[in-house]
Amino acid sequence: MTQDTAPPLEGRGLVCTLGGRRVVDGVSLALQAGQWAALVGPNGAGKSTLLQLLAGLHAAEAGELRLQGRPLAAWPPRERATRLAWLAQQGEAEAELPARSLVELGRLPRHGLLGAPDATDATAVALAMAETETTAFAARRLSELSGGERQRVLVARALAVEAGVLLLDEPVAHLDAPHQLALLRGLRQRARDGAAVAVVLHDLNLALAADRVLVMDRGRLVADGPPADAALRAALVAVFGHAFTVEQVVAAGQPRWIAVPSV
Amino acid sequence: MNTLVRRLVATRTAASPMRLAAALLLVLLALVLLGLAAGAEGLSTAWAQDAALIGDIRAPRTLGAALAGALLGLAGALSQGLFRNPLADPYLLGTAAGAGLAVTLVLAAGGLLGVELGLATGGALARLGLSGAAFVGAIGGMALTLVMARGATRPLTLLLAGVVVGVLLTALGDLLVLASPEALRGQRVFMIGSTSFLGWDSAAALALGLAVALPLAVRLARVLDALVLGEASATSLGLALPRLRLVLVALLALATGCAVAQVGLVAFVGLVAPHLVRRLVVVRHGALLALSALAGAVLLLGADVAARVLVAPQELPVGVLTAVFGGAYLLLLLWRRGRLA
Repeated sequence: MTQDTAPPLEGRGLVCTLGGRRVVDGVSLALQAGQWAALVGPNGAGKSTLLQLLAGLHAAEAGELRLQGRPLAAWPPRERATRLAWLAQQGEAEAELPARSLVELGRLPRHGLLGAPDATDATAVALAMAETETTAFAARRLSELSGGERQRVLVARALAVEAGVLLLDEPVAHLDAPHQLALLRGLRQRARDGAAVAVVLHDLNLALAADRVLVMDRGRLVADGPPADAALRAALVAVFGHAFTVEQVVAAGQPRWIAVPSV
Repeated sequence: MNTLVRRLVATRTAASPMRLAAALLLVLLALVLLGLAAGAEGLSTAWAQDAALIGDIRAPRTLGAALAGALLGLAGALSQGLFRNPLADPYLLGTAAGAGLAVTLVLAAGGLLGVELGLATGGALARLGLSGAAFVGAIGGMALTLVMARGATRPLTLLLAGVVVGVLLTALGDLLVLASPEALRGQRVFMIGSTSFLGWDSAAALALGLAVALPLAVRLARVLDALVLGEASATSLGLALPRLRLVLVALLALATGCAVAQVGLVAFVGLVAPHLVRRLVVVRHGALLALSALAGAVLLLGADVAARVLVAPQELPVGVLTAVFGGAYLLLLLWRRGRLA
C-alpha cells in the first residue's frame, strides 16, 4: 500500500494486557481521513487503553499498527508527534505556568526542543485558543483556572499540533453544554478539513452525532459503523445492558438518533 | 515595602518578568555593596583603609554567597519542576546525605591521622579536601539513588530511592561520628551551612558550576513545561523522557553539589526561591529557572550580610538565618492560603 492510499491510522489484531487482564483483545480498525469517530463503551471496556495503543504510548503485545502506511514504531518520535496528537483523560496540569505556554507545547514537535516557534506556530496556537475560547485567560496561571477552563486549555494544546490524526480521551469532561457542542463542532470541522478524529465520549447523544461509532466491550470492538446502521444501534444498546433505547427524531429538518433512558 | 510584602504573600497580582529581574538585580547590587562593607565592626565605608580586607575576604565571600545562592535557587526550581511538587528541594535525591557522609569521612580520617581538620581551623588544603569530598559525596549520593531506582524512568521510584539513600547515608555518617567524636564539630558546621569560609577559589568553582548548569537547564526548560501535562502526554509530544530526565537530574546534582561543597547544607534557599518567583510572576520554566537563580542569590547573600552584622563582632551561622526566615516565609504563605488556619 502506498502512503497516499493508506488510512491515516490502521491497527490490526491489537492486544494489550495490563495486570494480567486482556484490556484490549484483538482490535482491528482503520481511522479514515475526513471522518470523526466516537469511541464508546461501558466503564472498563478498554477505550482509553486502545487510544493509548493507537497513540503509541503502550507497546501492543500482538498486532500491527501503521501511521500513514508506515509502522508506528518506525517513525522518529518527533515526526510522529507532528502527525498524531493525543489528549489524556483527565489531563493533569496543576502548575503555575501561564495557560498559553501549555498550548504552545503542541508546537514543540515541529520546532523541536532547542528550536524557537515561528509565525506558523503562533498562528496555530492562536487558532486553537480561539476555537476553545481560551484566549481570554492565556496569561493566567493554570492553577487559577476552573476545571472546565483547564480542560479547554488542554484540548487547545492537542488541537495546536494540527495533526492529521487526533485521538482525544474524553475531551468534553468538565465542560458545560455550550462548550461541549462548540468543541465537537470544531472537531467535526477538523475532520472535514481532512483529519482523522477519534474521540472517547460518555454522552451517547453526542456520540450518536458522530460520522461513525466504535463500540467497545470487554476489550473487543463489537460494532463499528454509522449511527444510521441498525446493527450498530442494536449492539450499542446491548453493551450498555439495555439501559436505554435509541430513537429517531427529526431536529432542524435532519434525522437524528438519540438515546432515551429506559427508566 | 508594604506593597512588596503584600505582593509576596497575596498571590494574584502578576508583575512582568523583566521588571522582577531588574528589581532582583538592583537588590543584589545593593547587597553586594553591603557585603563589601560588612565586617566585624559592623558596616564600614572606609573603603581605602579596608582595601586589603575587602579584596581578600569580603569580596570573595560576597561573590561566593551570591553564586552559591544562585545555584541553590536553580537547583530548587529544577527539582520542583522535575518532580512536579512545589515542596521538592535540591537535597531530595541523596545529594545532601552523600555530601554529609563524605565530609564526615574526611573529618574522621583526619582525626585518625591526628590532623585536626575543620572548616574553621584547617588550611587551604583541608578546605579543598573538604569541599572536594562534599562535591564527590553529593554526586555519589545522587548516583546511588539513580542506581537504586534503575535510572530516571519513574519519578516516584526515584523519589523513594532518594529517601532510602538519604536515610542510609545519614545513618552511616552518624555511626562514623560515634566512632570518632572529634568529627562532630566540623560535621555540625557543614550540616548547618556557612558562608564564612568562602575564598576566591570557592567563588571560582561556584562561578564555573553556575556557568555550566544555568544555560543548559534553561535550554532544556521546555521539558519541565511538558512534564506539567503528565508523563504520557510529554512522551506523546515526541520527548525522549527517560534520557532528558536523566540530563536534568545530572544538572540538579551538579548545581547542588557545587553549592554544598562550598557552603554546606544551607536550608530553605532552594525551596523558597522558586516559590517567591512564582508568587510574583506567571512564567514558564525557562524564566522560572533563571529568576529562581537570581532570587536565590539575593536570599543567600542577604542572609550572609545579616549573619555578619546582626550580632557583630560575633557572627551567626548563615544556615540558621535562612532556616528561620525561609521557614517563616513558607509558614506565612501556608497561613495566607488558609491551610493552617
